[in-house]
Amino acid sequence: MNGGLRRVLAGREAPVAGALLVVLAVTTAVNPRFLSDQGRFDLLVAIAITGLMAVGQTFVLVMRHVDLSVGSVLGLSAFMAGSAVRGDTGGSLLVALLVGIVVGVVAGLVNGALVAFLRLPALVVTLGTLYVFQGVQALLTGGTRINADQLPTSVVSFGVTGFLGVPWLMWVCLLAAALGGVFLRTRRSGRDLYAVGSNPPAAELVGIPVARRTLLAYMVSGACAGGAGVLFLARFGGVDSNAGIGYELPVVAACVVGGVNIFGGSGTVLGALLGAMLLKTMGVSLSALSVPEFWQQAINGLLLLVAITADRIVLLRRERSARVEAARHRREQVDAGPALPTDGADRAGHDGVTTTEVVR
Amino acid sequence: MSRVLSWDRSVFVLLVVTVAVGAVIDPDFAGGSNLGFVLQDIGEIMLIALPMTFLIMTGEIDLSVASTAALAGCVLGWAWQASGSMAVAVLAAVGTGVVCGAVNGFLVTRLGLGSLAVTIGTLGLYRGLCYALLGDTTVADFPAGWTNLGFSSIPGTPLPYVTPLLVVLAVAFGVVLHLTRTGRWVFAVGQSVEAARFAGIPVARLKFRLFVVTGAVAGLAGIVYDLRFASARPDGALGFELAVIASVLFGGVSIFGGVGTMWGVVSAVLFLGSVRSLLQLQGVPGNALTIITGGLLLASVVIPVVAQRWSAFRERRSRVLAAATP
Repeated sequence: MNGGLRRVLAGREAPVAGALLVVLAVTTAVNPRFLSDQGRFDLLVAIAITGLMAVGQTFVLVMRHVDLSVGSVLGLSAFMAGSAVRGDTGGSLLVALLVGIVVGVVAGLVNGALVAFLRLPALVVTLGTLYVFQGVQALLTGGTRINADQLPTSVVSFGVTGFLGVPWLMWVCLLAAALGGVFLRTRRSGRDLYAVGSNPPAAELVGIPVARRTLLAYMVSGACAGGAGVLFLARFGGVDSNAGIGYELPVVAACVVGGVNIFGGSGTVLGALLGAMLLKTMGVSLSALSVPEFWQQAINGLLLLVAITADRIVLLRRERSARVEAARHRREQVDAGPALPTDGADRAGHDGVTTTEVVR
Repeated sequence: MSRVLSWDRSVFVLLVVTVAVGAVIDPDFAGGSNLGFVLQDIGEIMLIALPMTFLIMTGEIDLSVASTAALAGCVLGWAWQASGSMAVAVLAAVGTGVVCGAVNGFLVTRLGLGSLAVTIGTLGLYRGLCYALLGDTTVADFPAGWTNLGFSSIPGTPLPYVTPLLVVLAVAFGVVLHLTRTGRWVFAVGQSVEAARFAGIPVARLKFRLFVVTGAVAGLAGIVYDLRFASARPDGALGFELAVIASVLFGGVSIFGGVGTMWGVVSAVLFLGSVRSLLQLQGVPGNALTIITGGLLLASVVIPVVAQRWSAFRERRSRVLAAATP
């Protein structure tokens, strides 16, 4: 294998994008209506909500944390945003979006504060807030629901129209992915998130403000889930107390399929978005292939297992080749001249560095 | 926190207080029929929480338990229709649980994958297989003798038939965790996997077996669930995984492993069940009760940390004061 090919295969975006193309091609070949204008539109609408939440979840996952409360935040934000514009047919979409995102950011602040300042395990905290936010939403709705005829036309039409053939909902998702992707890739504070996720104590030692970055990541995840709540409201033209229940694990699954390491330190927003696209497309294409839809969950679960198994195999092989490389390097040094220092401590240090560099 | 007021003891005290307060303010709460209702309501959660305690103590987790229970429940219905024998169906259902657990265990211990990611995957996989097996149909023609086990009580008592199963299994799991070598291995692995490995504990084999036992008990819970609702449905036990994990963590088991007691977990499940029942009797809407579950779970991690910081702060202050006074 040459270097370029190896790099492309080692990255996770290319194989996931490849799998996505294969699914699209096969489905279109069997059922040409799959990618008709309407079919494509429906598919992108279906992707937008999970995709947006996956973008936010990436921020948290790369820090070696997790946000299980996103489904409840979605439900809460959809309801609050819907209530803010309810009964006003001329009401503004921007108000709904603003309310939704603010609800999400506040929820993210709660999660982030508990994880960052009290140093509590993220899984426990966000499992707790999952139930709390869900209960708050149930108390507020009190069993009522918001229907399409109570919502402003701007909100409802936002869910069914698009621009350049792409639904508005997907534009929101893409905008968030672009902003999030550029931030994580190029900004210093974005890189900090990876540093914290790779090695939290080391990140603290080099002076990264770990608590502030954790707070930031949870606010981004909350904002995305809050925004997704408004997308939910627009897409389904309403909301009831079951909105968002059970959304959290599919979102994490989408990220993991897209190559975001659940143990932190690696993964990209693009990968997470591709993961969400692959899982959603798989589901829609099954029904286009007239395979009973209930196979979707099984296949999505299987895909996740295949993805993490493949990651593991790649990692083990790279670790082995790194060890071989390091051993050869050592031998060459010894051969080059006995004057070089070859004491044990030095060797061990060198070995460790090489391994980590290649593995990352 | 001090040893006297460890978290599992606090949970037990909370349970006693709740039951006492409930008995005073609401005569219906302490009635036998309500006790039976609470036990039935928490049955599946309690069952799955027992082996889940072991798994979390070793630093692993299994999110697929609800899907495993549902799949075992579907197999129960399917095998009953196919074979006409409930004995065969029950064996097939428990066997399904064992296989599901073994798959999780294989992926985690042999391939070295993280259990969180693996079991999110198998959560989807097993749930999908439920639909593949039963489609959108439900099996509702279980023999009446069996479904009676699910929703009537033991003659002469208000207790549901699941009670002896819960008691026997809770005692058995408690004994294994606290009084046997396997239990001490679980604590050791949870404290430090590496140290456990150096001490010669077969870590991978232990974890594999824990996954298998978890699957088997989840399968059992699937049967209990089916009999309680007298039907096998592909969407059974939906969302139970998080309720189980919340109970285990609330019972004082550390998510990082190595810390916890079985009676803390059992008290936690009973406490959450009684609080919910009490509030339901006071007319609090069912959906809002999740606030209690979530709030208590948060309290269980926040209070120890805050208490620790508070005592550290006081100690620092008293040292400063002592230094200031000549």
